[in-house]
Amino acid sequence: MEANFLTLSNPGVAALGNLPVVPLDELRRRVIINVNEEGWCVSSFFGVELGGRNLLICVLRDDSSSKLHLLGCEVGKSYKSLTAECAAFHLFERELRESTGIEPAGHPWLKPIRFNADESPDPGVTDYFALGGEGAHEVSVGPVYAGLNESGHFRFQCVGEYVHLLEISLGYQHRGIESMLVGGPTKKTLPIVETIAGDSSTSHAGAYCQLVEAMSGMQPSKYAQMIRGIAWEFERIANHAGDLGALAGNVAYLPTRSYCGRIRDDFLDMTACLCGNRFGRGLIVPGGVGYDVGKARAQELIARLDKVVPDLENALDLMFAEQSVLDRFKNLGAVSKETAREIGLVGMAARASGLSCDVRTHLSYGVYGEHPVEEVVLNGGDVLARARIRYDEIRQSLSSLYLLLSSLPEVSPCVSATRDISLPSDTIGVSLVESWRGEVCHVALTDGDGRFMKYKIVDPSFHNWFGLAMSMRDEQVSHFPLCNKSFNLSCCGHDL
Amino acid sequence: MIKSFIARLKQGHQTGKFPHKDPVMPDRFLGLPELSEGACPETCSACMDVCPTNAISHDADGLRLDMGRCLFCGKCQSCCAEKRISFTSQHDLGTFTREGLVRTAKSGYSYDIQPDKAISKLVGRSLKLRHVSAGGCAACELDFNALNTLAWDLARFNIEVVASPRHADAVLVTGSVTKNMLLALKKTYEAVPKPSFVIACGTCAISGGLYADSDQTCGGLEEVLKPDLYIPGCPPHPATLLDALVRFMGKKPR
Repeated sequence: MEANFLTLSNPGVAALGNLPVVPLDELRRRVIINVNEEGWCVSSFFGVELGGRNLLICVLRDDSSSKLHLLGCEVGKSYKSLTAECAAFHLFERELRESTGIEPAGHPWLKPIRFNADESPDPGVTDYFALGGEGAHEVSVGPVYAGLNESGHFRFQCVGEYVHLLEISLGYQHRGIESMLVGGPTKKTLPIVETIAGDSSTSHAGAYCQLVEAMSGMQPSKYAQMIRGIAWEFERIANHAGDLGALAGNVAYLPTRSYCGRIRDDFLDMTACLCGNRFGRGLIVPGGVGYDVGKARAQELIARLDKVVPDLENALDLMFAEQSVLDRFKNLGAVSKETAREIGLVGMAARASGLSCDVRTHLSYGVYGEHPVEEVVLNGGDVLARARIRYDEIRQSLSSLYLLLSSLPEVSPCVSATRDISLPSDTIGVSLVESWRGEVCHVALTDGDGRFMKYKIVDPSFHNWFGLAMSMRDEQVSHFPLCNKSFNLSCCGHDL
Repeated sequence: MIKSFIARLKQGHQTGKFPHKDPVMPDRFLGLPELSEGACPETCSACMDVCPTNAISHDADGLRLDMGRCLFCGKCQSCCAEKRISFTSQHDLGTFTREGLVRTAKSGYSYDIQPDKAISKLVGRSLKLRHVSAGGCAACELDFNALNTLAWDLARFNIEVVASPRHADAVLVTGSVTKNMLLALKKTYEAVPKPSFVIACGTCAISGGLYADSDQTCGGLEEVLKPDLYIPGCPPHPATLLDALVRFMGKKPR
């Protein structure tokens, strides 16, 4: 059966002509069987116009064989939706309809997700789910918030104190990234990719660079790969530590909240020590890294780690030993393994629900081939599991960091950030990176001149927002901040 | 309980010394750009060719660098054969006028233009902000949130992000102002009691940044509301943010 897919490793490249284009029935059959029974996951699904034909392209991740499987299908203006049989397609098909006009017939809910500015409806002035009857009421929040948050809109349909259904309506941060990348790569491409989601700058930059390197045959040096790994793990720890602090804040446990806020800042400063920017911008560039990190700098970073790690462990141990905190976290916002699987959850949220899905382990790339990380998988799927998994991943990232930093050579060479990239024509490339939040998937298709004809980005938030909605079912409205923070999803990564 | 006391002793005092001492910036930090005097060779366009946001240009009068468009990526610095552009480690970049962000060889310090005295009379003792995230990557939000941690302890300066526009003195805007956020931004601004101020935080908010040309954005705040304070950077460093806000209140004259 596998022979009928285009099978790639991560990152993988193939001539567009090698992508099998099958009839819709066959695509549906193969995809549904493999996703529902073989445990494959939907990494990307999108439509592209190729020589006047509408082509659907599906990218599936197969962890058991560590491969990516691609399949194409030619459709007209409409095709029979996959969502009813395979819920993981639900958001992909809504996005497909919004961006291409191709109608997934039979899809239960084709509301726009990004609300393209030139079309109606507008976000916030559209229709929402509504609930009627005695005791039913609606609570809505956003897109402007009390603190400094991204813009998103949440509507809770409640019965008494309990949430019957949460509808998450985004699109407010839609900047048109995918269409801006068409025609690239240009001098703007990498900076734009770095701003897909600010907290995952290095992950998206890594996915993009891996992709164009694989397509153009560039080979980053071993040390460049190590420095990338260092940046990725700093990013992971900074975000996990910050979120654990925020979770503590949400249950009014102030010591850990205060300490972790400061410690997150220290990790961002360590990233700035690598490249001057606290989010690692400019560090990862096509062909390698834009800044050298020699032994002296590595030693300085190790010294900084030595200073901050005991503080971090102290702050976290304090919280995880506090019964009143654990009582609030436990059994709250649980997403079962079956649900996580069904809706296609990715990343640490999926691993907290018992799914094994770490791209670093299953489809290892870059530095993780030589320096593997052991995947952390927990059970429970509640806020406690999503908090604990962060702590476990922090420990693991720290040991990776110490290892990588201490194996850097005296001087590690860097490459020019402004070199020209020439890509082969009529090619498709796929690249996956495990960001701190989960799987980042970039797919590029080039035209006859080697320019991007389509650049498809899937941020982990795209998969996981629905997981947050599921976690709130039958919970109290007042538990939303805690559930929300336990996922900490990105609006801009979703809206693009 | 005893454990949390011990932890408190272990963690110690971690708040920075700003404003009494300038923060220590990372050695690779790119701050205030300095440009050399004189005209560049007419045929050279190396800096313009690499700049992702068309922030730099040169003519007979010499180089011009618009910090309101600049991402502080330093590509122009590294490609200039004559080393005419250098980013210093100076972090205090905020200005009170849009023109103040445009650097030439002759520009002095960015704060040479002082804020209106009337502003410090109104918000000199406390500055309450209502934040609107209007498209962008959320890095500005993250680094502003860093100010609320005890590393920076924003509350010391009586600056606070408030939960209602009715309680606010100013609207803090991040992002390139997406068309999808325009309505919410306008409504928020209208809900803030007058007189009120507008703060553009980050390159996106000032000029649209990377998204200036996107048909999904308004290309920055300027087209919608006139900012009273401009804080450049992608994203601005917490030190840059804090310095700009404190100066806006008239608290830190140079």
